[in-house]
Amino acid sequence: MTTGDTLLRRLPRVRAGGLLPILVILGVLLILVAIRQPGFLAPGSLMSFLGRSAPIILLAAGQYFVIVSGEFDLSVGSLVTAQVVIAARLIDGEPDRTWPVVALVIVSSAFVGLVNGVITTWLRVPSFITTLGMLLILVGAVYFWSDGSPKGELSEQFRRFGRRAFEDVPVFGRVPYALLVVLVLALLAIVLMRSDFGRTLVAVGDSPRAAELSGVRVARTRTIAFVLSGVAAGVAAILLGGYSGVSFQAGSGLEFSAITAVVLGGVALGGGRGAVLGAMLGALTLELLFALMNFSGVSGTVRPAVQGAIILLAVAVSAARSPSD
Amino acid sequence: MLALRAVGKSFLGVRVLDGVDLDVAPGEVHAVVGENGAGKSTLMKIISGGYAPDEGSVVFAGETRTFRGPREARRAGIGIIHQEFTLLPDRTVAENVYLGHEPVRRGLVDRREMLARTSALLASMGAGPMPVDAPVGRLGIAQRQVVEIAKALALDARLLIMDEPTAALADHEVELLYALVRRLRDQGIGLLYVSHRLAEVFDLSERITVLKDGRRVTTVRTAQTTTDELVRHMVGRDLSGYYPGRAAPADVGPVLLTVRGGGNRKLHDVDLRLRAGEVVGVGGLQGSGRSALARALFGVAPFTTGQVDLDGKPVRVVSPRAAMRAGIAYVSEDRKGEGIVARQSVLDNALLAGRAIGGSWSGRSARTARMRDLLGAVDVRSAGVDQEIRFLSGGNQQKVVLARWLALGPRVMLFDEPTRGIDVGATSAIHDVVRRLARDGAAVLMISSDLPELLGMSDRIVVMREGRIAGELPAGASEADVVALAVGAVT
Repeated sequence: MTTGDTLLRRLPRVRAGGLLPILVILGVLLILVAIRQPGFLAPGSLMSFLGRSAPIILLAAGQYFVIVSGEFDLSVGSLVTAQVVIAARLIDGEPDRTWPVVALVIVSSAFVGLVNGVITTWLRVPSFITTLGMLLILVGAVYFWSDGSPKGELSEQFRRFGRRAFEDVPVFGRVPYALLVVLVLALLAIVLMRSDFGRTLVAVGDSPRAAELSGVRVARTRTIAFVLSGVAAGVAAILLGGYSGVSFQAGSGLEFSAITAVVLGGVALGGGRGAVLGAMLGALTLELLFALMNFSGVSGTVRPAVQGAIILLAVAVSAARSPSD
Repeated sequence: MLALRAVGKSFLGVRVLDGVDLDVAPGEVHAVVGENGAGKSTLMKIISGGYAPDEGSVVFAGETRTFRGPREARRAGIGIIHQEFTLLPDRTVAENVYLGHEPVRRGLVDRREMLARTSALLASMGAGPMPVDAPVGRLGIAQRQVVEIAKALALDARLLIMDEPTAALADHEVELLYALVRRLRDQGIGLLYVSHRLAEVFDLSERITVLKDGRRVTTVRTAQTTTDELVRHMVGRDLSGYYPGRAAPADVGPVLLTVRGGGNRKLHDVDLRLRAGEVVGVGGLQGSGRSALARALFGVAPFTTGQVDLDGKPVRVVSPRAAMRAGIAYVSEDRKGEGIVARQSVLDNALLAGRAIGGSWSGRSARTARMRDLLGAVDVRSAGVDQEIRFLSGGNQQKVVLARWLALGPRVMLFDEPTRGIDVGATSAIHDVVRRLARDGAAVLMISSDLPELLGMSDRIVVMREGRIAGELPAGASEADVVALAVGAVT
């Protein structure tokens, strides 16, 4: 058709799945924040903001591995809740139990990811259903186990990861531990995506048939993605438990925040396109947007609606711009 | 009836057509050939109203026309039959043929009239019996194509454009299409016939226009030219010999792979031996088990009975990965669905199999460097190894897939239609790679529906029929020998 060019296709041609769009959005938001709340960009408050954003950035990275391989992980929010509640009950205020419980949180989160992966790939249950089931099982189990209200408390040693910082650092002011954790893990994630595993993971998401016929173990590769998502949720649980404390709401809705962040970062739902850095920047952008809304006096209760709108808009834009080949 | 004068078209500043002249007379089959990217599809879209030309004029039936869209061109009498069909699978044949201009009686669609007219139309095409009241989805590919043509004729098309009409057809269906094309021609319809298959062009056309890089190289009378001359025009150089030389008896080594009594759902009692240094062609009709054979050897749909030996030792090829570990590689006929990873780069695509098998961190950069060399050696034309592969032509995509396997040094290489839908220049490069693999000591199995290719490339030919090996032919066999075995005329 002569009029096949839609308005969206005429946007400047940037590499699909590239980082430019999310960097532009992030930049615009920073400018808006600077206008409305100049103090926010002072080193101290900026660093605190980055530290606060650490859990969602980690969850976005975890979700990225799963989405880019062509699947979904809806269980991460309730996994965070479950881990926070379980950790509190197991530690019960005893500092000595901190490290064993930290290890347990991470290992058991990886195990939950493993179960998600095995059910999805070997039993061929669509991941949407698998992880939805896992979400319900985790929520139900943790309510059942704690008789309806969280028991025990986290030790101060456990909580420091989420709320302490190196104070009086030159230039930066304060550097939250959480920020260091997320920086290290983000770097690992980026390196991982440049490795053989990372490139293969993306290939699996784009064309599982071609990957399999090139000798890729598709089921195993996808299962590892679920394990990584689980581990990311475990680390996020440790940071969030420290920051905001123990409650049944600790992780609620985080799976959708993570998916929104990933999509915002230019990662295609359905797999095969996008960068892990984009997903993490997407998370940062989402948090910045909510901060801006907060400064502008918009109620936080509108968050889910905003996330929903972002998902729909981002997917519509990418669908309109990718050729229908 | 149709006359193009100095038609030009640019996209984003790139000239894809430059001063092209083209005439089609009533009752003439005019073939248009050229490599991928020569401008054939753009030209067809201009004629059929898909694009407006930037320069030049389109004169149809004595009037200079500027179509504002395909719909207007159709109404004017220009029909186009695309490679991909545009039929609605759940509607009936008649509904598809008269889609958008159904016969109407008292404001309602006159179904009886529509069925009658469709039957009459199909009969006039000599198309043979067809259930006009059945959903199109139940028809075979060849019948759908007939419906597609009928759809154009229902709008009184006087010029019919056919874009690679045989690409999806099995060999015996091609004959039916030929008959239809000739009949339409005899009824005074002008046909523009775009095809990669030169044999078809010689069978059908009165004149041939060669496009290269957006320009018309020449228009010749079919009777006054030869394949060699045409190929020379298309690629702008001589493809000396066209096929690389065969293996000398001394080059053929020991048996590498043996299949005894191999069978599964699609294959029965397959006995096969592949020797080092030899290219074994596999002929047969579509559905005869050619692809099933390659897929069984590669572990995609493994043999469930019988035995496979590699180097005299039994191997169990239960998955593609197991096949790769044994040194077997496979290039699927479905390049888009099973070959390339469309949105990854050329380099990522080329490294896919090597990465799947794994390797040490330290070997990585060396492996990448080797792959860059290899991509250069097989002459992949791209804007760099980081370009997404979907932007490459089919031929270059296929070269990347070849590089993926060459890097692993396979001992047994299975090709399923390695040059289907690929332009002449790249086809020749792929033939060279196939032959070089054999010379380097691999055992090569090559499936092809293109008989000249099968005969030109193979050191011997295995012909399949109904899931069994119908017979074997030596190099130098004729097309007739292959077809006779394939259809069961001899046993």
